[in-house]
Amino acid sequence: MKSDTISAIATPRGEGGIGIVRISGSHALSVADAVFRARSQKALAEAASHCAVYGCVVERDGTPVDEGLALVMRAPHSYTCEDVVELQCHGGQSVMRRVLARTWEAGARAAERGEFTKRAFLNGRIDLAQAEAVMAVVEARSDRALKMAQGHLAGHFSDRIRAMRHQILSMVAHIEAAIDFPENEVDDVLDVDLTRDITRLAEEIRGILSTANAGRILRDGLLTAIVGRPNVGKSSLLNALLREERAIVTDIPGTTRDAIEEYADVGGVPLRIIDTAGIRATEDTVERIGVERARDYAARAALVLALFDRSRPLGEEDEAILSLLKKKQAILLLTKADLPPKTTREDLLARVKAMGVVSASGSMPQVIEIAAQAKGGVDRIGFDVLTDAVCRIAYQDAAEGDEADFVADARQADALRRAEEHLRAAILTMEQEMGLDFVSIDLRSAVEALGELTGETVGDAILDEIFSKFCIGK
Amino acid sequence: MQDFSFVAGDYDVIVIGAGHAGVEASLAAARLGCRTLMATLSMDNIALMPCNPSVGGPGKGHLVRELDALGGEMGVNADKTCIQFRLLNTGKGPAVHALRAQADKKRYQLQMKETCENTEYLDVKQLLITELLLTEDRDAVRGVRAETGEIYLAPVVVMATGTYLKGRIIIGETQYAGGPSGQRAAFSFSDSLARAGVALMRFKTGTPARVDARTLDFEEMEIQRGHEDAPNFSFLTEERTREQVPCYLTYTNEETHRILRENMGRAPMANGIIEGIGPRYCPSIETKILRFPGKDRHQLFLEPEGLHTNEIYVQGMSTSMPMDVQIAFLHTIPGLRHARVMRAGYAIEYDCIDPLQLKASLEFKAIRGFFSAGQANGTSGYEEAAAQGLIAGINAAMRIKGEKPLVLKRSEAYIGVLIDDLVTKGTNEPYRIMTSRAEYRLLLRQDNADLRLTPHGRRIGLVTNARWAKFEQKRAAIKGAMQELKERLIRPSQETNDRLEAAGLLPIKTAMPVGDLLRRQGVTYAHLAQVFSLAPLEKDVCEEVETMVRYEGYIQKQLDQVAHVERLEAKLLPESIDYADVPSLRDEAREKLAAIRPHSVGQASRISGVSPADVSVLLVYLEQRRRMRQGERGGETRV
Repeated sequence: MKSDTISAIATPRGEGGIGIVRISGSHALSVADAVFRARSQKALAEAASHCAVYGCVVERDGTPVDEGLALVMRAPHSYTCEDVVELQCHGGQSVMRRVLARTWEAGARAAERGEFTKRAFLNGRIDLAQAEAVMAVVEARSDRALKMAQGHLAGHFSDRIRAMRHQILSMVAHIEAAIDFPENEVDDVLDVDLTRDITRLAEEIRGILSTANAGRILRDGLLTAIVGRPNVGKSSLLNALLREERAIVTDIPGTTRDAIEEYADVGGVPLRIIDTAGIRATEDTVERIGVERARDYAARAALVLALFDRSRPLGEEDEAILSLLKKKQAILLLTKADLPPKTTREDLLARVKAMGVVSASGSMPQVIEIAAQAKGGVDRIGFDVLTDAVCRIAYQDAAEGDEADFVADARQADALRRAEEHLRAAILTMEQEMGLDFVSIDLRSAVEALGELTGETVGDAILDEIFSKFCIGK
Repeated sequence: MQDFSFVAGDYDVIVIGAGHAGVEASLAAARLGCRTLMATLSMDNIALMPCNPSVGGPGKGHLVRELDALGGEMGVNADKTCIQFRLLNTGKGPAVHALRAQADKKRYQLQMKETCENTEYLDVKQLLITELLLTEDRDAVRGVRAETGEIYLAPVVVMATGTYLKGRIIIGETQYAGGPSGQRAAFSFSDSLARAGVALMRFKTGTPARVDARTLDFEEMEIQRGHEDAPNFSFLTEERTREQVPCYLTYTNEETHRILRENMGRAPMANGIIEGIGPRYCPSIETKILRFPGKDRHQLFLEPEGLHTNEIYVQGMSTSMPMDVQIAFLHTIPGLRHARVMRAGYAIEYDCIDPLQLKASLEFKAIRGFFSAGQANGTSGYEEAAAQGLIAGINAAMRIKGEKPLVLKRSEAYIGVLIDDLVTKGTNEPYRIMTSRAEYRLLLRQDNADLRLTPHGRRIGLVTNARWAKFEQKRAAIKGAMQELKERLIRPSQETNDRLEAAGLLPIKTAMPVGDLLRRQGVTYAHLAQVFSLAPLEKDVCEEVETMVRYEGYIQKQLDQVAHVERLEAKLLPESIDYADVPSLRDEAREKLAAIRPHSVGQASRISGVSPADVSVLLVYLEQRRRMRQGERGGETRV
């Protein structure tokens, strides 16, 4: 039986040694093949059932997201009795989320609550005794899930989505009226107007989506690495960050990488700092060169705090650190601002420029002078500047104070992203002059995607809209 | 009268009514070998078109093509008797191209009457049917009684009573009992239905005045001609050379609206005479003025009713205003300033059945052998009626033969959409088909109606050998051309690109199947045939192939959606299911499901008030039940 393909993170939320993204459905193998590169270069579609394949989850352009194993289980010998692929990666939430997002980009859709179990039951995998539990899950999905979705969307944000949805619905109604009543005086649907309106809506959705990043950061924290050569003051900064707000949120030791993450609240933005244990260890054993480790940290982090000793000239190690910051979101900290300077802000910036270190968006990193080792405490001014810089990075296009309207949920973001894609497709369809029928198909898809957020289905809404707007009839 | 039981005839199938639904039902049943009686109120009004003199349009034209592909009569009859053809929506995408024709009403009727009278196994009789006869258990039909007292027996009865049941005509303050166009109304049959437990609704529709062609100022109006190269309705019609008679276009104005507004108090819908519910898509002119006060003009089409009459139909001007008002506002319109009214516009109210009582086969759930089709099911339009009539006729025959009924899927035909909407969602206004009602519009094109449905028609037995041979030839030609377009590779050689350029096409950079070129804007099969010497194709085959290749991505997307919902369609809900026993259903869903009793989870999912969560609950319940049964059976074998 043909089924659509679903995916979800199958391991509990939070830090774990291993995280699993499970894909199930008739296209599970092709979805997995689109996001996973086996070391052996063989396609998973050719892999034997119940075999683990070593490789890498990759971005569309082939850059790695994370290494891991792909476990192929062919129908009917799987939990759901469908083709299933489990992608086992390192358990960090941001990595898992990226892996999940990749499966969606490859054609899977977000699994409903309890959907794997439901499929397992419907396909005969689970016995009758478990059916009650399945029913409970289904039931929960019916009312609670909807309420939750609506609850998430209370207020201004939901009004905005509803308004956009209605605007698209009106365009569909206009097109449909023109199609179904061609000889009536439905005002001509003008391509220029449609293109303008659709573009405006696509831009609006993109604007809302720009809060998705901030929303996620606020919920899950910004994965942050502290790098710098030995004795530069990493441990002191770490302690200062942690002590500053006395906000150690969790302390979960991992297994694969011996990483310990701790949360620091910096101006309301939770920073999840990678490998705090390692940072302290390297500071203690001066001989251990930090660069290898730094490379690893920087690769994983969304934000890199790179430390440079203001009281010493820039050395080779510093250049090696700088080279790690290319295309990363980074803040450069000149430490030991209380000691006589050997490296000035200008020196550092000149080196940055010479080496071409810019962020992914092409901007130069900010340099902040900080006296982390000031006697008995913290460099208040330096920290304020750092806090501002962190907030700016976390919020990007989103406005501080509007947090309640941020898209915090990955499924919401997914629906918005699809709505935007369908709108862009509609514009393309018009450019290619394929006909209003096809524009209508794209727009309806956008309406449906937004409807997932507001809990509204199309039903007869389009017809009602046609008859309320247009004077039609013989 | 109660005991009077002179049996005047014994048939397999009796069809009550000879309108567009009645003739299709009768012809289908008779052609499938059933001894069929078609009872009509008037032998002179078989296939009467009491409203607009046209066939087709978006959705409606699709229905006619589908009906024809299955072996129905409307397409053939329209091709023979229409006097203007237009292909609409040509720039809006291949799925919404729509053929619309102006009919010569009398010729249309005479042609259809001739066909019916000369069909083997079909008896046509002028009878007013007053009573439905049921078996003793009252759960199956036995026949019908006529006004004159005699009875006709049959195990299958199809009602196709149109707008005749307790019909009431309203013109201003005047009202009288009657059917459309001065016909008799049928009074007793409604009561008989009510006694049989059938739930009735009351609907309303209307028609505009007819004016005398000799009194119109045609030069004041815009002429609208037919399209010489428009296709035919029927896949059988070979060629067509006929007179194309023009229509004329004019508009109402502020003065028209002023007269209407000033007399609004005399409108039957305002003074409470009209109780029935009218259609939103076919509002009367007085409704238009009320609902769209900002619109400063409304468009009107003047359509000839035939070649041998001066009657002109004023499309867009449906009204039940008093006569003096009708004449006054008509005279404000350019082209109509001196118009003499030949027939007044009127509204008609009538009884129809609530279609939620029907199965998708159009048989009543509660009365075996009793079918209903057409306007009596709460629809509007000749084409909607004909489509249902055909299906009811086919399924009447299937009932006689003891075979499975023909139920077309929504993904397969507009006919499927129409009937599924009726029996699943019901309707609270006269239902009209529209392309926007079809979720898989791209698959349901009028060009491929034969590919979708002729195999069904063949299996059932309505497709003649001649039609089948023609169809197979076309299907093979499409298959061959598609194969060639997909498998023949072209490479970016100098020679190839020179040839492309010579034909005015852009050069290629990589090797590709030759068909891929069709996806480029402006490239046709004719181009490719010229450059790569492909076999020439018939026009219809060529269009089909171009559409299939050009829109393959979108078509595939809809096919995927169909495959997805098909799983729900395949999950059948047993007739024995007691929804009170299904845990976790929401109350609204439970009530609706119990009332409509859908045949599949797919149909259940389309009932308003049944949520996706309720659908999940049903699926889980079905699986539980299946396993429980299996467990029981397993237990028995062990014993």
